[in-house]
Amino acid sequence: MTLQSETFKSLVKVAAEQVIASAPELTALDQAIGDGDHGTNMKRGFEAVLNKLDAITSQPLDQAFKTIGKTLVMTVGGASGPLYGSFFLAAGEALAGKKLPEDLAEVFGSGVNAVSARGRSHAGEKTMLDVLVPVLETLKADAGRDDLIERVRTTASEAVARTVPMQATKGRASFLGARSVGHVDPGAKSSCVLLHAVCSTLEARQ
Amino acid sequence: MNDTVGIVIVSHSKDIAKGTADMVRQMVGSEVKVAFCGGNPDGGLGTNVSLIIDAINDAWSTKGVAILVDLGGAETNSEMAVEMLEPERRKMVVVCNAPIVEGAVMAATEAAGGSSLEQVRAVAEELTAG
Repeated sequence: MTLQSETFKSLVKVAAEQVIASAPELTALDQAIGDGDHGTNMKRGFEAVLNKLDAITSQPLDQAFKTIGKTLVMTVGGASGPLYGSFFLAAGEALAGKKLPEDLAEVFGSGVNAVSARGRSHAGEKTMLDVLVPVLETLKADAGRDDLIERVRTTASEAVARTVPMQATKGRASFLGARSVGHVDPGAKSSCVLLHAVCSTLEARQ
Repeated sequence: MNDTVGIVIVSHSKDIAKGTADMVRQMVGSEVKVAFCGGNPDGGLGTNVSLIIDAINDAWSTKGVAILVDLGGAETNSEMAVEMLEPERRKMVVVCNAPIVEGAVMAATEAAGGSSLEQVRAVAEELTAG
């Protein structure tokens, strides 16, 4: 399977639509432990991506990733803009000369490293990395398996749930200290929404 | 060469950014270039990489630019903005780890004396030391 342009277009479209649809939930989660703007920020960013969908998906894949990244950086308006933006910019950079799905873990890993560097954060600090890092491990461990998509979906869901008992030490939620315990991390949730959208789209195309 | 380090103020709120810039101008005068921005791309509370890049370019000086920020997203977006500058400008811009109002006033005061970017940053960051 190669990532045909029609598949890529529906991946971007569905992922953006799912994030936009989940904006109220993301905002509610962020009101509990952040400043309550994650949903509206992500919605603004992914609406900008949808507006450029044709232009983005007519580019070579590595350029398309970079355009998505730059669009998010320029439109999200919160820390999640540079974080998700850096993921796509770095993944796009890593994509040059690589093949999908063979090099997926490596490309995804470049994106995860960029998020970690941008946020000066690691897994275990109640952030989006608590979903992205376990998913990267699954992509590495289960590459080539027939049920990879299902495993990614399950990994992401379980990883979101594991952020509930965590205490935030990075980002706005860290101001709350122990009071951040007991809530789902909004960034972990939005990462899960994006990953689930990708999984569903790829499954429907199989 | 009597250029001075430029100061950029980045807040989630345009009112806070403007108010901080007003205080700097009143206390330090107009010899230091001060630019500010605040608000997300829709004008609500937040920060905006594009406006931060514009502010850096407005405050540009051959001695560089020091950025003062309020909360986390302003810092992340400012760091992103710096990386999106032309390569030769990137290493001439620093994001100071300092309180926004006090840091901006201290940084501008130091800049007005003709200090280097590193000196300006050090003076602003003394506020968070200890």
